[in-house]
Amino acid sequence: MLEAENLECVRDQRRLFHGLSFALAAGQMLWVLGPNGSGKTSLLRLLCGLLRPEAGTVRWQGADVRAAREEFHADLLYVGHTPAVKDDLSGRENLRFGLAQAGIGADKAEVDGALRQFGLRGREDLPARALSQGQKRRVALARLALGRARRLWILDEPFTALDGQAVALVQSELAQHLTRGGEVVFTSHQEVDFGALPVQRLQLAG
Amino acid sequence: MNTLGLAPALATVVRRDLILALRRRSDVLTTFFFFVIVVSLFPLGVGPEPATLRTIAPGVVWVAALLASMLALGRLFASDFSDGTLEQLVLTPQPLVLLVVAKVFAHWLVTGLPLVLIAPALGLQFDLPAPALGVMTAALLLGTPCLSLIGAIGAALTLGVRGADALLAVLVLPLYIPVLIFGAGAVSASAAGMAVTGHLSLLGAFLLIALVLGPLAAAAALRIALE
Repeated sequence: MLEAENLECVRDQRRLFHGLSFALAAGQMLWVLGPNGSGKTSLLRLLCGLLRPEAGTVRWQGADVRAAREEFHADLLYVGHTPAVKDDLSGRENLRFGLAQAGIGADKAEVDGALRQFGLRGREDLPARALSQGQKRRVALARLALGRARRLWILDEPFTALDGQAVALVQSELAQHLTRGGEVVFTSHQEVDFGALPVQRLQLAG
Repeated sequence: MNTLGLAPALATVVRRDLILALRRRSDVLTTFFFFVIVVSLFPLGVGPEPATLRTIAPGVVWVAALLASMLALGRLFASDFSDGTLEQLVLTPQPLVLLVVAKVFAHWLVTGLPLVLIAPALGLQFDLPAPALGVMTAALLLGTPCLSLIGAIGAALTLGVRGADALLAVLVLPLYIPVLIFGAGAVSASAAGMAVTGHLSLLGAFLLIALVLGPLAAAAALRIALE
């Protein structure tokens, strides 16, 4: 269970939001909406513990995320604004090293399986420099397929630069994660239809 | 899929950084040749008088090592910072301090260790006697990891700052002074036929202190840089 209580965020002497509270239970999804510059990315970074809130607390399973860091990070999968994909490494290496440094072991078959699932068949060995923007996003998002054990997914604009087929793929990963009892927080400008899934919307004013 | 412990995660960080260094060899070679050329310029500039060369050798080699090591520092965290890898590192369940140690170790392997290995050959240009060459190698082996560890603090503090390179030099070079004094001192002492254990013990002590405090400070600076 992820709870935010009375969060306030100030960036460059500008107050982005204040008094923001929500609670997300297992199997639920939070969609953060708002115009550019309204603080969506800041909110996500705040929830991860990357940013220190000006006021308020973020709690995961009842414990402050900035205090119980290691326990929280063991449950967290974060895909940020920048995809954390190294140009000099191949898609396979990027995915494998990215998972291993986070403590998720995956063998070559699993890594290749995830890359294929995300439409990168035959491009596993290409340096990421040779991939398009959308394909790099796919490499970053392929971590979802192997990070199923992480209960909380925080995704910053996961649908950006993706084509329709990849959007559907990410959507189905999210849906599966919710049915497993996972929790998802994400931002998106694109209108995405989640059908009957339990989606809370959080509108930031800007 | 399975959960990995701390050791494989740290090994991954080292391995990835080594692979990246191998794919961007020019960066590594620049540091190495900078060191070789700077050291080699002195005999040409100062003249072939062996007594003078022997006197200046320890200082020249160490100052060149300091500058070469500083030249490479900019790359320690900068690319991880800009491509989002650093965020991911901070958000892993592993202690950030140990991840920093792993990164610094990989960095030292590609930028510090080559200097240690080539130094005896460069020392020959200065007519240093064999025992002094041995001492110089030992002192560099203890001292260059210190430089990387101390430098990591500066590299982390200057992340995302404009004019980072110049600022880095101003921040880090003063902190290198103790290592320079005792590193060069060891070689001079050996060339003069005196005992060097004192110098080397002090360098070892610096290394231990840098190993404990450097990553702690660098990790704190990295968290601040990401805010």
